[in-house]
Amino acid sequence: MKRLVSLVLVLALTAAVLLSGCAKKQEQKVVNVYNWGENIDESIFKIFEKQTGIKVNYTTYESNEQLYAVLKMGGTNYDVIIPSDYMISRLIEEGMLEKLDFNNIPNFDNIDERYKNLEYDPANEYSVPYTWGVVGLIYNTSMIDDEITSWGALFDPKYSGQILQFDNSRDAMATALFHLGYSVNTTDEAELNEAYELLVQQKTILQGYVMDQIYDKLEGGEAAIGPYYAGDALLMMENNPDLAFVVPEEGTNLFVDAMCIPKGAVNKENAELFINFMCDTDIALKNMAVTCYATPVRTAYEALDEETRSNEIMFPKDDVLNRCQIYKNLPQETLNLYDQLWVKLKS
Amino acid sequence: MKKPSIFGRLLMALVFIFLYAPIAVLIVFSFNSSKSRTVWTGFTFDWYLKLFQDTTIMNSLYVTLLVSLLAAVIATVAGTIAAVGIYNMKRSHRNAVLALNNIPVINADIITGVSMSLLFISAASVLAKLSLAFSQLLGVNINLSFSLGFGTLLIAHITFNVPYVILSVLPKLRQLDNNLFEAAQDLGATWWQAFYKVIIPEIRPGIVNGLIIAFTMSIDDFVISYFTAGRVQTLSMTIYAMTKKRITPEINALSTLLFTAVLLMLIIINIRQASQEKKLRKTRIRSTGIIKYSKI
Amino acid sequence: MRRRYIAAIPHVVWMAVFVVVPLILVVFYAFTSATGGLTLENFRNMGSYMSVFARSLWLAFLATIICLLIGYPLSYVLSKEGPGMQRIFIMLIMLPMWINFLLRTYAWMSILENTGLINRLLTSLGIFDLINRIFNTNITYIPMINTQGAVVLGMVYNYLPFMVLPIYSVIVKIDSSLIEAAQDLGAGSMTVFKRIIFPLSLPGVLSGITMVFVPAVSTFIISKLLGGGTSILLGDLIEMQFLGNAYNPHLGSAISLIMMIIIMICMFVMNRFGEGEEQAVIM
Repeated sequence: MKRLVSLVLVLALTAAVLLSGCAKKQEQKVVNVYNWGENIDESIFKIFEKQTGIKVNYTTYESNEQLYAVLKMGGTNYDVIIPSDYMISRLIEEGMLEKLDFNNIPNFDNIDERYKNLEYDPANEYSVPYTWGVVGLIYNTSMIDDEITSWGALFDPKYSGQILQFDNSRDAMATALFHLGYSVNTTDEAELNEAYELLVQQKTILQGYVMDQIYDKLEGGEAAIGPYYAGDALLMMENNPDLAFVVPEEGTNLFVDAMCIPKGAVNKENAELFINFMCDTDIALKNMAVTCYATPVRTAYEALDEETRSNEIMFPKDDVLNRCQIYKNLPQETLNLYDQLWVKLKS
Repeated sequence: MKKPSIFGRLLMALVFIFLYAPIAVLIVFSFNSSKSRTVWTGFTFDWYLKLFQDTTIMNSLYVTLLVSLLAAVIATVAGTIAAVGIYNMKRSHRNAVLALNNIPVINADIITGVSMSLLFISAASVLAKLSLAFSQLLGVNINLSFSLGFGTLLIAHITFNVPYVILSVLPKLRQLDNNLFEAAQDLGATWWQAFYKVIIPEIRPGIVNGLIIAFTMSIDDFVISYFTAGRVQTLSMTIYAMTKKRITPEINALSTLLFTAVLLMLIIINIRQASQEKKLRKTRIRSTGIIKYSKI
Repeated sequence: MRRRYIAAIPHVVWMAVFVVVPLILVVFYAFTSATGGLTLENFRNMGSYMSVFARSLWLAFLATIICLLIGYPLSYVLSKEGPGMQRIFIMLIMLPMWINFLLRTYAWMSILENTGLINRLLTSLGIFDLINRIFNTNITYIPMINTQGAVVLGMVYNYLPFMVLPIYSVIVKIDSSLIEAAQDLGAGSMTVFKRIIFPLSLPGVLSGITMVFVPAVSTFIISKLLGGGTSILLGDLIEMQFLGNAYNPHLGSAISLIMMIIIMICMFVMNRFGEGEEQAVIM
């Protein structure tokens, strides 16, 4: 009996101590940042906290579609999110973003004019660009002897069991649409169905659908080829020199990821401070060194050494950029079709 | 009794190899000097040192321990009280309540998680609308709404823990002599004294068992937390997020530490039990209780 | 004094709010659309997910059978050990549960991968060379990860203890005098097993089957980690609609509802089957 009472007491005490620790923490100013996986240098949070006294609570998501689901489901309290272009315009259309107070973001002046007022946010009221880059094929040259130049490699039975594919509907469908020569923004049902059929065929020779797991699979030689984003490709190539990155001749997707504040964010001012902080020249440089993604911060780009600036994976030349398409937000009907086809494909 | 056959021993050996192979891999690679999961590159203790500096892991460990402790203690107290109530019910009522009690036990975790998250989200949005209406009506800023987080996580854990506590306490109540309580009161004990001094000691094994089960269930849970914790991350959720890229060997190190701690604890308990049993000269096989309790 | 049942009322209220109401919400979501109106739309397309239903049920069924085939003899063998040994073995069966199941499953990935531990071991032993020389083939690994077999293995691995523990706890409690009596009456060990031990252990078997089948049919982790996302299960399908890549909680609720009904039917049938058996024994 005594032992039980003392056990409960000890437990309750521990709980009380832990709780009081918790209560203290809650008084602190915070900003809740929700970002792609492998997309930030987490050591800069400490600098931010030192400068502003605001603690960064950081969590990650896998894809634009997952971010959308989490926001739409509701009940969460994120202050800064970093979706891509097409998702930003969808979020704006559905009234899910707050307008930014650019008085709190003086560093917006550092952003290169080329990345302002883009199509997804024409008056540039809702977003501040964070990174940009292209999608390409990453393959292991020690496992694949041929030179890869086309999206077709992803659908080639020769590499059966060695191929990876995006685990999100928009990017996966785009690989098929590029291969078929259609626009990635097509709303034509027949074209989309054709792309879907191609993906269904591909499924039989696929090793798996992946997002950031691709790091592990490609670096370790578990798989030979897969499509992914340029910044991540550079990181993988650092770890495994056998890997190569190529932008297929059919063209590819050019994306801009930008920082936004979701509707109803509790710590809006802190969020704006954070966004401003991320546009600081030194911080952008520091961040870029870790993520390997190209920065839209002009002052940071100008501070780069010649070698980095001439890195064609990070900063593709015009002949590549001219082949690129930017994802646009699609009409609701097409979005529904995407969801349906995706679920059907996966099942 | 006959001694187990060679076949029996072989079966046991194979099953234990099967059960412990991945754990051995985990432990061995917590000492690997590179991040590789399959290639041994040399011995190091680094991951154990880095573990304690990793704020993400340490925070989620803290959340897990806190929510498990709180949920287990609250569920044990609430479950014991509820069990006493259920025990004293009319049979028809009791069966109905037990059926209700069994829903979260039997139901698939994902449905429990999804349904609770629907509840929390609906409640939050209703409250948000209400506070908006009130704010406009009264001209002051009121916010009654909440977001998914530690609170909802705790509620979810308590909800799936309580039924296990009840299932563990009820059988002990059934073994109780019905007259004990009345006898105590006849001898001048108040209701509370009778309950506290007579009933509780009798059903203690059930309560302790329930506490341990509840704590284990909470520590081990991933699916329900995943749908109800919002931004807050338990250790399972952190590990899940890591499986999306690559699990750092720091997590292997943490698991090795936890595993060793539990192993030591169980060994001590076993030695003590064995010596106690020798004293009692009885061979009672007590279920050690750390099991997901048998679903009815 | 007779009103001690009041103590259960807070519990009943709590369970009503946090268990019953949420389930009602699932039903509500299943029959409504995003725009708010009542609809059967969510069920109309259910046919296209038949393959997922079939796969989930089939893999969970396989896992349950394998668990039973391993778990029953194991429990039986365990129950014949001395009490000290029994305690140690049971402890050893439960111990792995203290390591996060995601991690243990992830460790299987390291074992089963094309460049994983098994394939590395076979390569370094020269097995592949040998086979290639004999059969004139060119294999460098055995594909094990990202197959349905790997998913079943993951299920068996994770849920085997849930089969062993209930069966063991029932077998251990069987009164040994019953067995002795039967032996005295001339029953052979096969007959003793068939007529006494097995029928008496049925409740344990039934609860073991539920404890393995339900989590196996609804898992979304094991298929993600070991199945490579190419053969998803019901759990994945539901998760995908709530927090995944194809947001539609209404469809997700509809699928959840059907899964719940399937689970209920399975359990109902099994309990019926169990009761029948028990009665037959008594007669």
